[in-house]
Amino acid sequence: MVWEILSRYGRVFLCGGLVCLVGQILINKTKMTSARILVTFLLAGVVLQAVGLFDAIKEFALAGVTIPIIGFGSTLAEGAIEGAKIGLFEACTYGLRAVAGGLTAAIVFGFVIALLFRSRSKTA
Amino acid sequence: MIDAKSYAEIVKEATPKTQEARTLFAAFGIGGVICMIGQAVFDVYAQFLNADEKTVSALTGMTMIFFGALLTGVGVYDKIGYYAGAGSIVPITGFANSIVSPAMEFHNEGIVFGLMARMFGVAGPIIVSGVCSSVAVGIIYYIVGVAA
Amino acid sequence: MRLGRQTYAPDKRAFVTHVADIAGSDEAMGNLRHYIDFAIDCGEWGCASHEKAESKFRDVVTKRLLDSSGSSSREIDCILGGDLINQIVPSSFSARNFDIPFCGLYCACATFGQSLAVASMMIAAGMDKIICCTSSHFATAERQYRYPLELGTQPTPTSQRTVTGAGAAMIESSGPDHRCPEIGAYTLGKIVDLGCVDANNMGAAMAPAAFDTIAAHLRETGRSANYYDMIVTGDLGALGRELLAELLRKEGVCDASNLNDCGCMVFAEGQKCGLGGSGAGCSSLVYCSYLHKLLVSGQLNRILLVPTGALLSKDSSLQGESIPGIAYAVAIECR
Repeated sequence: MVWEILSRYGRVFLCGGLVCLVGQILINKTKMTSARILVTFLLAGVVLQAVGLFDAIKEFALAGVTIPIIGFGSTLAEGAIEGAKIGLFEACTYGLRAVAGGLTAAIVFGFVIALLFRSRSKTA
Repeated sequence: MIDAKSYAEIVKEATPKTQEARTLFAAFGIGGVICMIGQAVFDVYAQFLNADEKTVSALTGMTMIFFGALLTGVGVYDKIGYYAGAGSIVPITGFANSIVSPAMEFHNEGIVFGLMARMFGVAGPIIVSGVCSSVAVGIIYYIVGVAA
Repeated sequence: MRLGRQTYAPDKRAFVTHVADIAGSDEAMGNLRHYIDFAIDCGEWGCASHEKAESKFRDVVTKRLLDSSGSSSREIDCILGGDLINQIVPSSFSARNFDIPFCGLYCACATFGQSLAVASMMIAAGMDKIICCTSSHFATAERQYRYPLELGTQPTPTSQRTVTGAGAAMIESSGPDHRCPEIGAYTLGKIVDLGCVDANNMGAAMAPAAFDTIAAHLRETGRSANYYDMIVTGDLGALGRELLAELLRKEGVCDASNLNDCGCMVFAEGQKCGLGGSGAGCSSLVYCSYLHKLLVSGQLNRILLVPTGALLSKDSSLQGESIPGIAYAVAIECR
């Protein structure tokens, strides 16, 4: 039981760490800004899901790939693929429907937190 | 006066290099820990909520977004980011950070034209590229499905 | 009097009679901690926005300058200066609190040099008392040039930290009885752009401009670099200073042994400030808090102050433009 939990979380740590490591290599080598990094990883998630590789990776890596923004991209693509089985309209809209929770959370929490706090000048 | 090309060479020669080992180690470690926290949240929800995996997954994402937003609000996330680099950018908490930080920054310009209007100054490209690519995937799958 | 293509010697003596400065808490803990007059406790400083705080910096130094010189605002002919924010609002917003004519100037971080040069011209045109003031603020500059403050980004190895603070100098046509620095000559800068595009590497973008201005100054005045006790650039940072020294040596202008940089002087070793300080307030803070005192006390006799500016905007970077640099050289000396 303990061993199972350890290996489960160890896998999450390793895979999540590796994904971020790739991001850091990109930052160091190409001086990409954070928005570009996020877009790149999101699109990587969309592509991985579209070609059908994501589920196998997720099986092994668990939150190690769903918590990085790759997971957000895969959910978008997953929704779109599901919608495509129903019709063209659903093919176009089910992607956003699948991430509605995350987007709503980001917008609402973003709004509330920004109402409550202001930016502070940083000390060196 | 020196020409642009040979100056660029001198600059390249003299420019200090990124501390590869330190930044990579920090990104790996902190990124891994954030994912482990996400897994813990997932496991707790899966254990105690009577919900299917998709809902638990979505709730996990929303919870992590809340953590990212809150840590940004209290001024901790930028300090994590200083050390972690991609380790705190790539996880979904970094997405929350990229939405909350401009919203906070432009709060002074008013709620409508500051906070709300500028909220997507950093995250806008992420949402636009995500939605457009998902529509593209959907249409491709639809056409392939109809043809088959 | 014209000495050359870009260099002039003042027709009327222009004395730097009084100075005042204000600094952020990090700057006040840096290398100049024993010299800074007045430090603030936090970036907001009780104001509703960082821009308001920067405006208040200018109010405070201007008031202190009026007090220390015993002048009323009616005796001041003009306030000169600028900052880094769009439409230089902190400068004009501060100037509305004083009943003094105002000339806003902008040359990014070179504004202090530009102000001193213009002040010297104005003295020659018949004015008597002019205040030169430039300021910058880490938080307002981050928003102006980079990212929201709370965005978790990592600084690149070449980035510098914008100095929070302001410096103001009173330029007068008549000097006091005691030893007092004055403007000896000034060289107007040309825009020099060698194609640097990295907005996080301002030092490299500005070093060629500093080189061009220093070389022109020495050539047109016929002085050797050793004429000055110190040639001190504005905010090249450690990398820019190294590049400038290399350019000066390579082109045989001087051996760069007396070269220094305000950006390298501000912060202490161990403060997380990248390659040094930057900003319109960098050279004015360092001059007003430190260099001026050394000139008055006699530890320095002649310096060449060369504030450097990178004339980019966030949009110009996004449009793929390279970064034009500029530098003004002002000789400040005690006769």
